[in-house]
Amino acid sequence: MLLGYGLVMAIAALGFNLLLGYTGLLSFGHSAFFGVGAYAVAMMVKYLKVGSMELFLLGAIAASAFTAALFGVVCVRYTRIFFGILTLALSQVLWSLAFKFFWVTGGTDGLRVPTPTLLGVMTGRGDKMDFIAHYYYYYILAAFFACVALMWVIVNSPFGKALQSIRDNEIRAEFVGVQVRRHRWVAFVVSGLFTGVAGALWVPLNGLITPENLHWTFSGKIVFMTVLGGFRAFPGPIVGAVLYTYLEAYAVGNTVYWQFVLGTVLVVLVLSLPTGVVGTAARLVERWRGREA
Amino acid sequence: MDFFYIHLLNAFLSAATLFLIAGGLSLIYGVMRIVNLAHGNLYAFGAYVTAWTLGRLLAGASTPILYLALPAGAVGAALLGAVLEPTLLRPFYKRAEEYQLLVTFGLLMILGDTMHFLWGPYPLSASALWENSGSVMIAGNPYPVYNLIVIAIGGVAAVFLWAFVYKTRFGVVLRATSQNMRMASALGVNVNRVYVLAFTLGCFMAGLGGAIIAPSQSAVLDMGVDALVLSFIVVVIGGLGSLEGALVGALIVGLVREAGIAWFPEIELAVLYLMAAIVLLARPAGLFGRAS
Repeated sequence: MLLGYGLVMAIAALGFNLLLGYTGLLSFGHSAFFGVGAYAVAMMVKYLKVGSMELFLLGAIAASAFTAALFGVVCVRYTRIFFGILTLALSQVLWSLAFKFFWVTGGTDGLRVPTPTLLGVMTGRGDKMDFIAHYYYYYILAAFFACVALMWVIVNSPFGKALQSIRDNEIRAEFVGVQVRRHRWVAFVVSGLFTGVAGALWVPLNGLITPENLHWTFSGKIVFMTVLGGFRAFPGPIVGAVLYTYLEAYAVGNTVYWQFVLGTVLVVLVLSLPTGVVGTAARLVERWRGREA
Repeated sequence: MDFFYIHLLNAFLSAATLFLIAGGLSLIYGVMRIVNLAHGNLYAFGAYVTAWTLGRLLAGASTPILYLALPAGAVGAALLGAVLEPTLLRPFYKRAEEYQLLVTFGLLMILGDTMHFLWGPYPLSASALWENSGSVMIAGNPYPVYNLIVIAIGGVAAVFLWAFVYKTRFGVVLRATSQNMRMASALGVNVNRVYVLAFTLGCFMAGLGGAIIAPSQSAVLDMGVDALVLSFIVVVIGGLGSLEGALVGALIVGLVREAGIAWFPEIELAVLYLMAAIVLLARPAGLFGRAS
């Protein structure tokens, strides 16, 4: 089940890294898209009385794409620090709305989401653990592979190459004819979309959605995961997300000061392993191969 | 309408605290180009140190002594900052900005749990000072004298800082380093020392912000995280790197928040963030910021 969470967060991190690794924009507001996707699912349950996972995904995609498009228009005018601060602030707007409008969103109690139907089939009659461990896990796995494939195509397409050129040298990219702002905005929307899908997938795993998932510290977790795995490599965020999920579970399970542990890991990581786990592994492999030759 | 003055004073109260925190953040950014995500937790650290000093160490002491001990939090935060800067931040000046955000985020988590470890998960209160200062009648309503003192401290701090940055020799060095670090270094300024001092000063301000509200609001875990977002709003509105901006921004945020709490409690927070977004759209550098 932990792996299920890991895979879901991997989708989120994959989406996030489109912005960080490939476009060079560090967003501290991705919790907004995750939360919007998740709350969309919860709202669909609460108001539309819908129970199908496919409809959940559609709803989450629509909601997070809309949010990302809106936020993107404002945010892509800036880079670097201001981009980070602005994304943080905007995700906090959503957090505060979710927090205050408790008659809609359930406030800090959150909204419960019952087990949905997968592909129209009512599965795991009654037993939630059975559902999560088996049917839903394979569902997540399938979605994960789909997202990875999709992201791979995006990143290696001309669009993806254009993004990287913007990351490397914005002015030169503009001179070559790449429409910088438009590209950034599209990347922003796609990134938010992936994270929103992750949010929707996450909700049935967790059964409950609270405003905590909209708080900027949750965005920080997504950032942490991506950096842990290495944001310069494609598999980086995936490795990082899965690794982080286990790391967090281990830390939380073993000490009440788990934040300290994670914080130290992050600091050590940034100090000594800036390329993350994947990057460092790649470097070690290179050195090993070089020694052989 | 009698409550108007009370609300106004409350707005000034939050503005005073916000100015100290945001001013510190802005100062650190202006000189060192570092956005310190852990700044909120330095504010919380100051609050905890003061609460502990006043509540445990000096419990039962007379009011004037407690007042003298009030800046203990500020001093504590400043010392912490002086230790943190050379060890954790210096390796990152030459690296990309993203890494600083990451390391200060890690620092935020570390500091948060350090405070948890040192002072436990429950709020730490030191309300003797607040209670014993009595209250005064303003427009027919009682108002705590302590709050007025806090507003006064905020005002004095603003004046003191302005004088420090614009009238002293070190202030000139500070401004020179913030405008052009390499040139200042070429002219013989010891940039590393300036950085440490600037960071310490910023932490002192944040700690002072925490120290002055500790008696009235107790030190709680997570107060840092909440304060950080508000101080970001303040610097966005006022302009990163500008002390006047921090002051004006703090006043605006304080007033809007108070108005929000008084009349539209549901959207109070959302209005602030929206205001920040609007300011960013209209004047990207903030009201007083530089266009760098």
